[in-house]
Amino acid sequence: MGNEEAVFWSRVLTETTLSFHILYATIGVGVPLMIMIAQWVGIKKNDEHYILLARRWARGFIITVAVGVVTGTAIGLQLSLLWPNFMELAGNVIALPLFMETFAFFFEAIFLGIYLYTWDRFENQKKHLLLLVPVAIGASFSAVFITIVNAFMNAPRGFDIVNGELVNINPLLAMFNPAMPTKVAHVVITAYMTSAFVLAAIAAFRMLKGSNHVYHKKALHLTMKVGLIFAIGSAIIGDFSGKYLAEYQPEKLAAAEWHFETQENAPLYLMGIMKDGEVKYAIKIPFGLSILAHNNPTAEVIGLDQFAEEDTPPLYIHYLFNVMVFIGMWMALLAATYWVGTKRRWKMVTTKWFRWLIVLGGPLSLLAIEAGWWLAEVGRQPWILRNIMRVEDAATTSGQVDLMLVLFASLYLVLGVGSIVVLRRMFRKNPVERELEDRHTEKGGDVH
Amino acid sequence: MNLEILGISVLWTFLFGYIVVGAIDFGAGFFNAYTVLTGKQRILTKVIQRYLSPVWEVTNVFLVFFFVGIIGFFPKTAFYYGTTLLVPVSIGVVLLAIRGSYYAFETYGARGHKGYTFMYGLAGLLIPASLSIVLTISEGGYIEMVNDNPVLDYWELFTSPLTWSIVVLSISATLYISAVFLTWYANKARDVEATSLLRKYALIWALPTIITAGGIIFELRKHNPEHFENIQTFWPMFLISFIMFIGTVYLLMKKKQYGWAFGLLAGQFAFAFFGYGASHYPYLLYPYLTIYDSFTNPAMAISLIVAFILGLCLLIPSLILLMRLFLFNKEYVRGNEDHHA
Ligand code: HDD
Ligand code: HEM
Ligand code: HEM
Repeated sequence: MGNEEAVFWSRVLTETTLSFHILYATIGVGVPLMIMIAQWVGIKKNDEHYILLARRWARGFIITVAVGVVTGTAIGLQLSLLWPNFMELAGNVIALPLFMETFAFFFEAIFLGIYLYTWDRFENQKKHLLLLVPVAIGASFSAVFITIVNAFMNAPRGFDIVNGELVNINPLLAMFNPAMPTKVAHVVITAYMTSAFVLAAIAAFRMLKGSNHVYHKKALHLTMKVGLIFAIGSAIIGDFSGKYLAEYQPEKLAAAEWHFETQENAPLYLMGIMKDGEVKYAIKIPFGLSILAHNNPTAEVIGLDQFAEEDTPPLYIHYLFNVMVFIGMWMALLAATYWVGTKRRWKMVTTKWFRWLIVLGGPLSLLAIEAGWWLAEVGRQPWILRNIMRVEDAATTSGQVDLMLVLFASLYLVLGVGSIVVLRRMFRKNPVERELEDRHTEKGGDVH
Repeated sequence: MNLEILGISVLWTFLFGYIVVGAIDFGAGFFNAYTVLTGKQRILTKVIQRYLSPVWEVTNVFLVFFFVGIIGFFPKTAFYYGTTLLVPVSIGVVLLAIRGSYYAFETYGARGHKGYTFMYGLAGLLIPASLSIVLTISEGGYIEMVNDNPVLDYWELFTSPLTWSIVVLSISATLYISAVFLTWYANKARDVEATSLLRKYALIWALPTIITAGGIIFELRKHNPEHFENIQTFWPMFLISFIMFIGTVYLLMKKKQYGWAFGLLAGQFAFAFFGYGASHYPYLLYPYLTIYDSFTNPAMAISLIVAFILGLCLLIPSLILLMRLFLFNKEYVRGNEDHHA
C-alpha cells in the first residue's frame, strides 16, 4: 500500500471513529446536567416523579457512557496510531489539555461509580445530588479540553518553527488560541441542547405509545423548556462562531457559504446547487453574509479568490452548514411553540403529529452535531494543523490501515446495535408505572 | 532527579496501577467464565460483581492516562510506536471495547447470556497478551528503519521465544494477581466458599508466574545483553520481590492474613516492575529512543507536571472516597446494602 492509500484509509478510519464517538460523547456531556436538573427539581418540589426521572435517566446513561468510554479510548489511541507525525508535533505544543482531560475522565468516572451505587443511601437527598456535581463537571470539562485541542488544529499558535525546529513553545498560549472561546462554548452548549431534545423525544414517544401518565408530561415539559434555552444559546454562539471564522479562517466560511469573490454587501445563499461555476436554485438573502460575518450589511467578506486552489476546502460543506443551521433554527422554533402552546393551552401541542415532531427532534439534533463536526473538520482541509502541516504529511506509513478500518467498523456496528437493544430492553422490562407502584408500596407514601 | 526521570516515573507508576487494577478486573472475568463452565458459578459471581461494578470505568482511565501522558512527556514515541503498533494495539483496543461495553450491557441491561460471559472471560486474557507485546517490542530487535520510517518485523516478533514468554507471563500474572485480591475480598465478605475456591486458584497460578518471570530474564541474556547486564545491577530489587512472593504464598497456604498476602503481592510486583523499568533506563525503545532524545520541551514538561500535581490533589481524595465507600465498607462488601440506581 502506498502512502497515499495509507492517508486515505487513515482519514476514513478517523472519520468513522469520531463520528461514532461523538454521538455517545455528546449524550455523555449533556445528560448528567439533565439528571442534575431533574433531581434538583424533584427535591425542591418534593415530587417523586422527578426523582424517578433522574434515576431512570441515570440507568440509561450507564449504557451510553460505556460505549462513550470504549470508543473514546479507541480514538485516543488512534490519534497516535494513524497520525504519528501530527501527534509528535501536537505532543510538544498542545499535550497539556489532552493530559488535563484524563483528570476530567478520572473525576467523572470515580463519582459516577459512587453516584450510581448510593441511591437512597443518604438520609438527606441533597447529599446524593451533590455527588452528581463532579460527574457533570467532569463530563463537560472532557468536552472543553478535547475541543481546545481541536481549536488548536484550526488556529495553531504558541510556538515558532525555525529551521524545522519547534521553539518558543508556550502551552498556555497554545491552549487559549483564537478559535477556542467560540468553539468550546458552541460544542458544550449544543451537547446540552441535544441531550435535552433526545430525552424529550423519548418522553414524547412514550406518550405516543399510549402512556398517559403525568410522569411523561412532566418529563416532556422539563426537557423542552431546558432544550429551548440551550437551542437559543446554540444559535447565538453559532453566530459568534461564524464571526470567528470570518476573521481567522475566512476560507472555511467562504467555502461553507459558496462565497467566491471578495466583496462588500455580500449575500447569503441557502441550499442551491453548483452548475458550471454558478450557484443555481439557491435562496438568496441580500446582505446576509456580511451581517453573519461582521454584523454589518455593507462589510467586506473575503472570498475564495484570495486562496490558492490547493488550499481550499471541498465545497460540499455548504450543505453541512445549511443542515446544521436549519436544524438549530427549527428546534428553537419547535421548542418555543411548545412552550407558548402549553402556556396558552393550544390544542396543537398535544396532537399526535406535534409529538411526532418532537420525537423527530432527537435524531435531528444528533444529525446537527454530525453535520457541525463534519463542517468544522472537512472545512479545515487540506490542513491538519492550519497553515502548518498538511494531512498527507501527518499520516502513518503503515500498510494495514484498511484492515483496521474493517475491524473497527464491525466493532461500532456491534456496539451501536448492542446499546440500542440493551437500552430498549432495560426500560421495556421495567416500565415507569410499575416502578412507581413499587416505590409506593415501599414507602407507603404519597407516590402516584 | 531531572525532569525526564520524573516524567517517566509518573507514567510508570500509573502503568503499574493499570496493571494491578486491570489484572484484577481481567482475571475476575476469566474466573467468572471458568466457573460457569464448571458449574460453580453460584460461588463466585456475587463477589466478583460486587467488586467490579462501581470501579470498572476507573480502571480504564488508568490506561488512558498512561498513553496520553506518554505522548505528552515523550512526543517522539508517537512516531516510533504509533507507526509500528497499529495492528497489535488496535486488536487490544477492540477487545477492550467489547469487554468494557458488554460488562455494562450485561450488568445493567440484559443478564444471563452464556456466550457473552465466555467472550468476556476470554477477552480478559487476550488483552494483557496483546498489550504486553508493547513491552516485548521495546526490547529492540523487532523494529527496523526503512526509508527513515520504522517498520515492525512480524515474523521476527512472532517466532521469538521472548515474545511468547512475555505473553505467558502476562496471562499467568493476571490470574495470580486477580485470584489473590479476590481471595482477600471474598474473605472480607465472609464468603467462605468463594474464599477457598479463589485461594486454590491463587496457589495454582503462583508457580507459573514466578517461573516465566525468571525465564524472561534468562532470555534477555541472548536477546538484549545490554539490558540483561543492567538487570543484574538491580539484583536487590528482584531479590526483595522474590522474598515477598514467598511471603504471599506462605500466607495463602496457612490460610491467614489475606490482606497482608495481597499487600506482599503488590510489593512483589512493584519491586519487579520498577526494577525492570529502572534497568530499561534510559531506553524507551532499544536502540532508537531514549527518554532524553524523545523528551518534550521544558515549558511543556513543567506545565504537565504542574497539571499533574493539581490533578492529584483532586484525584487522591476522590479515590479514597471511592475505596472507603465500596472497597472498605463492610456493609457494602458483604452485600447487606444495595443502593444501585
Ligand atoms: C445541535 C447541534 C448544533 C446546532 C443546532 C448548531 N450547531 Fe454549529 N456546530 C455544532 C453543532 C450545532 C458542533 C457539532 O458543535 C460544531 C462542530 C465543531 C464545532 O466547533 O462545533 C459546530 C460548528 C459550527 C461552526 C464552525 C466553527 C468552526 O469550524 O470553527 C459554525 C460557524 C457554526 N457551528 C454556526 C452555527 C450557527 C450559526 C447555528 C445556528 C443555529 C448553529 N451552528 C447551530
Ligand atoms: C468528535 C467529533 C468529531 C468529528 C465527527 C470529526 C470528524 C472528522 C472528519 C470528518 C475528518 C476528516 C476530514 C477529511 O479528511 O476530509 C476528521 C479529521 C481529523 N480530526 Fe476530527 N472530528 C471530530 C473531533 C475532533 C477532535 C476533537 C480532534 C482533536 C483532538 C480531531 C482530530 C482530527 C484529526 C487528527 C483528523 C485527521 C486529519 C484531517 O483529516 O484533517 N477531531 N475529523
Ligand atoms: C479526537 C478527539 C477525541 C478523543 C481523543 C477523545 C478521547 C476520549 C477517551 C480516551 C475517552 C474515554 C475516557 C475514559 O476512559 O473514561 C473519551 C470519553 C469521552 N469523550 Fe471523547 N474524545 C474525543 C472527542 C470527543 C469530543 C469532541 C467530545 C465532546 C464534545 C468528547 C467527550 C467525551 C466524553 C464526555 C467522554 C466520557 C464518556 C462519557 O461520559 O460518555 N470526546 N473520549
